[in-house]
Amino acid sequence: MKSAILLGALVLTVILLIALPWVVPYFYIFIGTEILIMGLFAASFNLVFGYTGMLSFGHAAFFGIGTYATAMLLLHLQWPLLACLLVSMGMGALLALVIGFLSVRLNEVYFAMLTLAFGMMVFSIAHMWRSVTNGSDGIAGFTLGAFGLGIDLTLGNPAVYYHVVLAIVIVASLVLYLICRSSFGLILQAIRQNAERVSFCGLNIRLYRLAAFTISGAFAGLAGGMMAPFLRVASPEMMHWSTSAEPVLMSILGGTGYFLGPYVGSALFVLLETWITSVTQAWMLFLGIVLALMVMFFRRGILGTFLDWWLDKK
Amino acid sequence: MTDPILNIHNLTKRFGGNTAVSGINLQVMPRETLAIIGPNGAGKTTFYNMVSGRMQPTEGTVELNGHDITGLKPHKISRMGVSRSFQINNIFPEMTVRQNVEVALSAFHGYSRKLFNLASGNRKVQEEADELLNRLSIGELSSQRAGIISYGDKRLLEIAVVLATRPKLVLLDEPTAGMTPEETRRVTKLIRSLADSGDYTFLITEHDMGVVFDLADRILVMHRGESLAVGTVEEVKNNPDVKKAYLGEDEDDEDGEKEAAV
Amino acid sequence: MSGLGAALLNSLDIGLLLFVIAVGLNIVFGVLNVINFAHGALYMLGAYLAFTLMNLLGLSFIVALIVAPLAVAVLAVIIDRLVLRFIYERDIADSLLLTFALLLIINESVRMIWGSGIHTVQPPELLRGSVGIFGDTLYPVYSLFVIVVGLVLVAALWFIFNRTRAGKIMRAAALDRDMAEALCINTKLVVTGVFAFGAWLAALGGVVAAPMRAVDPGMGDKIIIESFIVVVIGGLGSFPGALAGAMVLGLIHGLGGRYLPEINLLLPFIGMALVLLFKPNGLMGKGANA
Repeated sequence: MKSAILLGALVLTVILLIALPWVVPYFYIFIGTEILIMGLFAASFNLVFGYTGMLSFGHAAFFGIGTYATAMLLLHLQWPLLACLLVSMGMGALLALVIGFLSVRLNEVYFAMLTLAFGMMVFSIAHMWRSVTNGSDGIAGFTLGAFGLGIDLTLGNPAVYYHVVLAIVIVASLVLYLICRSSFGLILQAIRQNAERVSFCGLNIRLYRLAAFTISGAFAGLAGGMMAPFLRVASPEMMHWSTSAEPVLMSILGGTGYFLGPYVGSALFVLLETWITSVTQAWMLFLGIVLALMVMFFRRGILGTFLDWWLDKK
Repeated sequence: MTDPILNIHNLTKRFGGNTAVSGINLQVMPRETLAIIGPNGAGKTTFYNMVSGRMQPTEGTVELNGHDITGLKPHKISRMGVSRSFQINNIFPEMTVRQNVEVALSAFHGYSRKLFNLASGNRKVQEEADELLNRLSIGELSSQRAGIISYGDKRLLEIAVVLATRPKLVLLDEPTAGMTPEETRRVTKLIRSLADSGDYTFLITEHDMGVVFDLADRILVMHRGESLAVGTVEEVKNNPDVKKAYLGEDEDDEDGEKEAAV
Repeated sequence: MSGLGAALLNSLDIGLLLFVIAVGLNIVFGVLNVINFAHGALYMLGAYLAFTLMNLLGLSFIVALIVAPLAVAVLAVIIDRLVLRFIYERDIADSLLLTFALLLIINESVRMIWGSGIHTVQPPELLRGSVGIFGDTLYPVYSLFVIVVGLVLVAALWFIFNRTRAGKIMRAAALDRDMAEALCINTKLVVTGVFAFGAWLAALGGVVAAPMRAVDPGMGDKIIIESFIVVVIGGLGSFPGALAGAMVLGLIHGLGGRYLPEINLLLPFIGMALVLLFKPNGLMGKGANA
C-alpha cells in the first residue's frame, strides 16, 4: 500500500516536472534546470557519502572537470552535446579514479582531508593553467550545436534545454538507483555500517570504495557537463571547495538515508538560494548555519525524517 | 597422521614495551574444536587478530594448510577459508537480519561485483540465507532490522554471517559472553552440532568453563601472552601450572586486553 | 651559494609558521579524533583581529600578539560548548560536517565584517627592515623574528608534552579516552581545553603571519590546505610528524619557488601524493588504515 502511494507520488512528480515549462513563469525554467543538475550532482555525492560512508569535500573537482570538458569541446570542436557529456562523464570518472586511488587508502578522516586538498589542487590548476583553461575568466563564448543521435532540437531554447536535462537526469538517476539496489550497492551500504566485517567476509574494501568513488565521479562529471551550456561558462569557481559544499549540504538537507534525499535537498537549496540572495549577500553564512543545525538536530534530513515517520506509522 | 589445518610457530606481538602475545606454538587438526582459555589480558584476542590478519605479528609465522598466511590482509585470509566473530557484536545494524547474511553470501559467490542485478531479487542468495538462519534458529527474525534484535540473537546472527562464507576454520571470540544461561545453552548446542557435522574446525575463546568442557576436544591455556599448557580437557584440568595460575591470579586484570584492542 | 642560504632560511621561516598551525590541528585531532576544518578560519580570524587591533585601534604588535589569540581561544570555548558537544559521541562524519559548517560561517562572517579587500599590517618598528646575512644578501628582520617565535614554540610544546601534567593528560586522553576518564581526569574539560588551545595556536600563527602575508578572506583556505598537506606528510596525530611535515613543506616552498617556479604550486600536492603512495601513514605516523 505504502509503496504504491510512494510510486504514485513519484510518477506525479515526474509528470509535474515534464509539465513545468508550461505552468511556471519563465524564470523558474532556469531554476528547475539548476535543481535537476544539482540534484544529480548531489545524488552522485551521496553514493559515496550516504551509501558508502565516505565524506568527500572535493566533489566539485569532478563536477568542474565535466563542465570544462563540455565547454572546451563545444568551443573548439563543436561536438554534439551528447558526445560532450559522455566525455565529461569519462573525465569525471578518470579524475575520481586518480584522486580516489590516493585517498581511499586510509580512514575516513584522511579521506575527508585528502578530497578537500586534491579538490583544491584541481581548482588551482584550473586557475593557473591559463593557456588551456583561460585562467579566472574561464571558458566562455561557445555555442550549442546539435544534440546528437540525429535528434533535432533547439537547445538554445531554455524550455527545450530543460527537457533535455530532465530526460538525462531521469535516465542517469535510474542507472544510479539500480547500482544502489544491486549486490554491489548492498556491499557499499555494508561498508558504511561496518567496514571491518565486510573485509572479514573476504572483500577488499579499498577496491569497493574506489569503485564507488569512480562511479560517483562519472555522474558528477555528467552533471557538470550539463552545467556548461546552462551557465554558458566554465570557471574555476565551480571547482572551489565552496562548490563542493553544495552537494554536501543538499544531501544533508534532504536526507542521506534515502535515494531521493539529495534531489529534495537540491530543490530546497536552489529555491532558498534564489530567495535569500535576492535579500542579502550572506548566503554562505546562512548555508553554514543551516548545515550546522541540520547536523546537530536534524541529521536524517527533511525527506528522511518524513519518510522515517511515515513508513514507521501503522 | 593428517597434516594440521593451522600451524602456528613462535607467534609474538609486542606493543611498544608490552608483550601481548609471546612465542605461541600451536597445531590445530582438521575438524577438531580447540578452546583457548585464560584470564582477560592473556592475549587471546590479540592472538585471533594475528591469525585473522587484523594485526601484523611482531614475530612468528601462521600457516594455513601448509600455506604461509602471516601478515596477509583480512580479506585474503577470509578468502582462504578462515572466518571469525568478534567479542563485541559485529554486524550491519541498519540492515535486516537476512541482508546481513546476504552481504556475506554475495561476497562469497562473487555477486558483490555485480552492478546491475537487483540484490533483493537474488533468489539463490535469499534461499541460502534463510536456510542458514533457520539452521541457527533465528529464521523467524529474517526481516527484522538487525540493530534491534536481542543481544543473544545478534550473536547468533554474527555466527551466521561468519558461516556464510563457508569457512574451513572458524574463530569464535567469546560466543556466549553476556548471554543468559538459556541463550548460552542454545549457542553451545548449536556449536556442538556444527562441530559434529565435520565441516568445520573451531577455535573458541571462552570464559564459561562449562561451555569449554562441553565443546572442546583440546584446550590451549594462555597466561600473560604465553602458552601455559595445551592438551585434552583432562590433561589441562590436572596441570599444576594451570591450577596455580588460575587460583593465584586476579581475573579482573583488564589492562592487557585493552592494549590488544587499541 | 648565498641564494641557496636565503632560500633555506626562507624554508625554515615558512616551515615553522606552518608547524605552529598544523600542530594545533594535530593536537585537536589527537584528543578529539576530529579534524577541525575551521582551523584555517581561526588562523584567519587571528590575523584579522591583529589587523583591527593594530591598524584600526592603533595598539601595538605585542598587544595583538597577546589579545588576539586569547580572544579566538575564548571563541573556541564557546563553539565547543555550544556546538561541538552535540556530536562528540556520534559518528565521525558528523563532526567533520560540523567543523566544515563552522568554516563556512567564519569565512562569511569575516567577509561581512572586514570586506573582501586585501589588508596589510606593518611589522613593529623594531622588526622592520633587513639585515645582511650570507655576505651581502639582505634578509627581512621580521622573518628572523618568525623563526625565533617558531623555535620557541617547538621547544615550549615539546616541554609541555613531555614534562608537564597538562601535556601528559593530553597525551593520555589522545591514547584512550576511557582510560583517561578512569584516571579521574575530567575529559570534558580536557576536550574543551584542547580545542581552545588548538584555536589559540592557530590564531597565534595568524597574528605572526599578518605582517608578512596579505590579510584577505582567502588566507584561511590556503593555510588549511597547507596544514592538511603537513599532517599527511608528517603523519596524523604525531608531534614530531607535524614538525617533520612542516619542514618538508617549508623546503618544498622555499626551494620550489627558486628552482621550479612553473610547477611551484603543484609541488606540495605532488609531495603529498608521493608520501601517500610509499608511506601512507606519513613519515612519522602510526596506523590509520582503512
